[in-house]
Amino acid sequence: MFKNALFLSAGLAAMMTATPGFAQTEIAWWHAMDAELGQRLEAIALGFNDSQDDFVVVPSYKGTYPETLTAAIAAFRANEQPAIVQVFEVGTGTMMAAEGAVNPVYKLMADNGEPWDPSAFLAPVTGYYSDTDGNILSMPFNSSTPIMYYNKDVFEAAGLDPEMPPKTWAELETMSRQIMESGAAPCGFTSGWISWVQLENLSAIHDQPYGTMENGFGGLGTEFTFNGPVQVKHWENLKNWADEGLFEYGGPVGGGDAPPKFYSQECAIYMNSSASRAGVINNSGDFEVGFAPLPYYDDEIDEPKNSIIGGATLWALNGKDPAVYEGVAQFFTYLSSPEVQAEWHQATGYLPITNAAYELGKEQSYYEANPGSEIAINQITRGTPSANSKGLRFGNLTQARTVVDEEFEALLSGSKTAQEALDAAVERGNQILRDFEAANS
Amino acid sequence: MQTKRTIFPNKLLPYALLAPQLAVTLIFFIWPAAQAVKSSFEREDPFGFRTTFIWFENYTRLFSEPGYLNSLTKTAIFAVSVTLLSMSLALLLAVAVNRVLKSNRTYTTLLVWPYAVAPVVVGILWWFMFNPTIGIAPYMLRGLGIDWNHRVDGNQAMILVVIAASWKQISYNFLFFVAGLQSVPQSLNEAAAIDGAGPFKRFWTIVFPLLSPTTFFLLIVNINYAMFDTFGLIDATTNGGPNQATNILVYKVYADGFLGLNIGSSAAQSVVLMLIVIALTAIQFRYIERRVQY
Amino acid sequence: MVENRPWLSFLTHLVLIVGVVVVVFPVYLAFIASTHGSGDFMRGLVPLLPGPHMLENYGRMLTQGISTAGAPPVSIMLMNSTIIAIVIAVGKIAISLLSAYAIVFFKFPFRLLAFWIIFITLMLPVEVRIIPTFAVVANLGLLNSYVGLTLPLIASATATFLFRQFFLTVPDELMEAARVDGAGPMKFFRDILLPLSRTNIAALFVILFIYGWVQYLWPLLVTTDSRYYTVVMGIKRLAATADSEPLWNLVMASVILAMLPPVLVVIFMQRLFVKGLVDTEK
Repeated sequence: MFKNALFLSAGLAAMMTATPGFAQTEIAWWHAMDAELGQRLEAIALGFNDSQDDFVVVPSYKGTYPETLTAAIAAFRANEQPAIVQVFEVGTGTMMAAEGAVNPVYKLMADNGEPWDPSAFLAPVTGYYSDTDGNILSMPFNSSTPIMYYNKDVFEAAGLDPEMPPKTWAELETMSRQIMESGAAPCGFTSGWISWVQLENLSAIHDQPYGTMENGFGGLGTEFTFNGPVQVKHWENLKNWADEGLFEYGGPVGGGDAPPKFYSQECAIYMNSSASRAGVINNSGDFEVGFAPLPYYDDEIDEPKNSIIGGATLWALNGKDPAVYEGVAQFFTYLSSPEVQAEWHQATGYLPITNAAYELGKEQSYYEANPGSEIAINQITRGTPSANSKGLRFGNLTQARTVVDEEFEALLSGSKTAQEALDAAVERGNQILRDFEAANS
Repeated sequence: MQTKRTIFPNKLLPYALLAPQLAVTLIFFIWPAAQAVKSSFEREDPFGFRTTFIWFENYTRLFSEPGYLNSLTKTAIFAVSVTLLSMSLALLLAVAVNRVLKSNRTYTTLLVWPYAVAPVVVGILWWFMFNPTIGIAPYMLRGLGIDWNHRVDGNQAMILVVIAASWKQISYNFLFFVAGLQSVPQSLNEAAAIDGAGPFKRFWTIVFPLLSPTTFFLLIVNINYAMFDTFGLIDATTNGGPNQATNILVYKVYADGFLGLNIGSSAAQSVVLMLIVIALTAIQFRYIERRVQY
Repeated sequence: MVENRPWLSFLTHLVLIVGVVVVVFPVYLAFIASTHGSGDFMRGLVPLLPGPHMLENYGRMLTQGISTAGAPPVSIMLMNSTIIAIVIAVGKIAISLLSAYAIVFFKFPFRLLAFWIIFITLMLPVEVRIIPTFAVVANLGLLNSYVGLTLPLIASATATFLFRQFFLTVPDELMEAARVDGAGPMKFFRDILLPLSRTNIAALFVILFIYGWVQYLWPLLVTTDSRYYTVVMGIKRLAATADSEPLWNLVMASVILAMLPPVLVVIFMQRLFVKGLVDTEK
């Protein structure tokens, strides 16, 4: 029985994997892009596969970003890892600490004779993803930053100027109230990714430290400090606005309930990744969408700092044949070519990660033809980045974000004040950082 | 332990017969369980490059962690609520079906099929009904003046998972109650009726006490179900949230181990869970042995 | 029925009808959702009457799936689920018949120990030993294979106990007669015991088929290759698409497809199902 089952399944597996045709090297690519983004990503893989005959990139969707990261780690432990995995920015600290697991991209490109020039990338991108020696360990792919989407039709119905989105949180509050009171929409605004948008980016924009040691860039001994006055004030406001109905919570992690609230015109304003652009455009058939930078507190900072990066990079994992890495290197070159990047950027709303792709977009007059499409780029490159707005580098940040989500929920349910919730999040988060430090030293 | 009076004399054959079952058990049950015990004394990085032996630190941390104590409480609330709700509804339906002569097979068929629905699918069905944006239940509740949002309100989230978990389990309890009711001697009931006892009184004084073996058995089975078979349901509805309001033990083991990559803590939680199952099984087995001897 | 009270009969039927409605309603809603177009859910409320897109939705899910949500065609997943459920049910029954036979009809050293080792499996549901079991399966190279999906689940204390109980009721005379005829143990097993166990096997098969079909956590862990996805785990993938509206109509079409096979088994084999359920818990 045992033997027969083994034999049978070996036979079945062989039948299913044996694809007709010549021997191409298969490159597994695990990613977390669903829906519209997933279609675009599959198109890139297809484009590469059609451009040459030696390699086949096989993308597979593995769930959300955290799910994809943990699936890849579990698979690595089981020696079933993909050649390429897409890891979101908060997983960067975890991946960088796992030296044995990663084939660093600068080395991978050099080994396989592919061109590699870090200065070709946009400055915020290189800044976020370089290690302490200045090397880029993973291939920048989809970088985004949160922006604000708003429903112009609802603005108009509420008697607001549809071309004048709120600049500050104070304006956003008044406008939301007007929208609700006029009956133009039952809710003012909603937000995806509470941890990323309403805490990490909030801190960067207002030049507040998220953690010690330059937001963790300085080493594993870092501690969280995001329970400062600006963050507390903002969370207090969010709680009050939620109670009043001006703000509706979209759920933990990515906030899966937020987009439908905006698409169904329940909420007039929606903050999320610039890469939600594709989905927003696709799902807003009934109304006109406006785009704007994230609001800020003008009583806290005169000139808001740049927002920080989100999105993901591609990591090549160790333990594959040299032939596979040759294919990975070629694929990375293809991926970062100005044409592919510009098309990806324009279709999805992700930032153009290379200067060349940005220039290409300008040449094509893309930004003039598509108002609002340059907002993310301007927002992330504005001003001079400070230590607080350069980015974040914390181990186990995924788990720390879960803590932030949970404490935010505790705040909304009324069981904690903003100060208590953020204090608790800092305390629990620091425990997670200490665990990471202990496990990696 | 019982065998036949006459047996076959072969010496090796019984081992060969047992071999497949024992091999699977040893490789996939006993060995991993031993591994879990071992890992519960270790700290490991997510990729498995570095492992340190740390004695009982995982355990002491676990029992001083508010999240774990919260999870224990939530599990108790969840298990008790699911058990009570699904058993009482099932008993009500079983008594009703038992009174109906003609159409009882039709009713039974219409009531038992949820047994075959996977818990994760049950979760999706109820998640859809209670979706705060498009669900029909929040819409109707709003009409009653209740603002439903299980994304924020932990108690509502708990209510949601309790309802969903009970929905599935009614079918099972129902079948066992029907079987139990059918074995209640009709003569007892008739005698009481002649004495002038009404149907409700008869039920509580005669029928229900006679059902107590079934009820006790179902209690254990339902607690077991709520504690271990509802992983998929939680995963599809609340993911243990909001703010861990529905983070029951079995979900936490998974979340901490597979999503949080805290392998040591997850292993320590596994060991605690194993002890709980052993206790439950011991109770159940004692009871079964007793019943078998009847 | 002891006495005839119209209001009590009315109440009885009322209770039952309300019960049936409560039980059926979530599935009705899912079915309705599966017959609409994806835009129909944006307007805030779920429709309550069937829409015109039923064939389109089911056709799309069966033949194409949604690759960007990580879901292969449902037909492939249904096939995998069927294979896995049958292998698990048959495997459990086979190895349990053999071990129960050994325990009841033979006397040998370590018999009690063997019995206890099998019994212990009751105490170690997969949920409590996820990570190490995953590691074992990974080390054996069984991830993404039908063997990995089924073999670790086929040990069964319950089935072994059931057959043990049943074998104990088989009259000793049968076996003595067989021995007089010169039949060896395997011949006795095959020609006498198996035919006698037919109903038990069938009833157990129904229960174990459902058990195999509804597995979720295990397939979720051991498959990373969509060719091995089962329908129950594939649906969760579909439903969880973050950052965009889940495609309710398509998700619900898959939900209905995933529920149908085991539910039909329960409905059409109700007698065996009830027997199996009651037997396995005794």
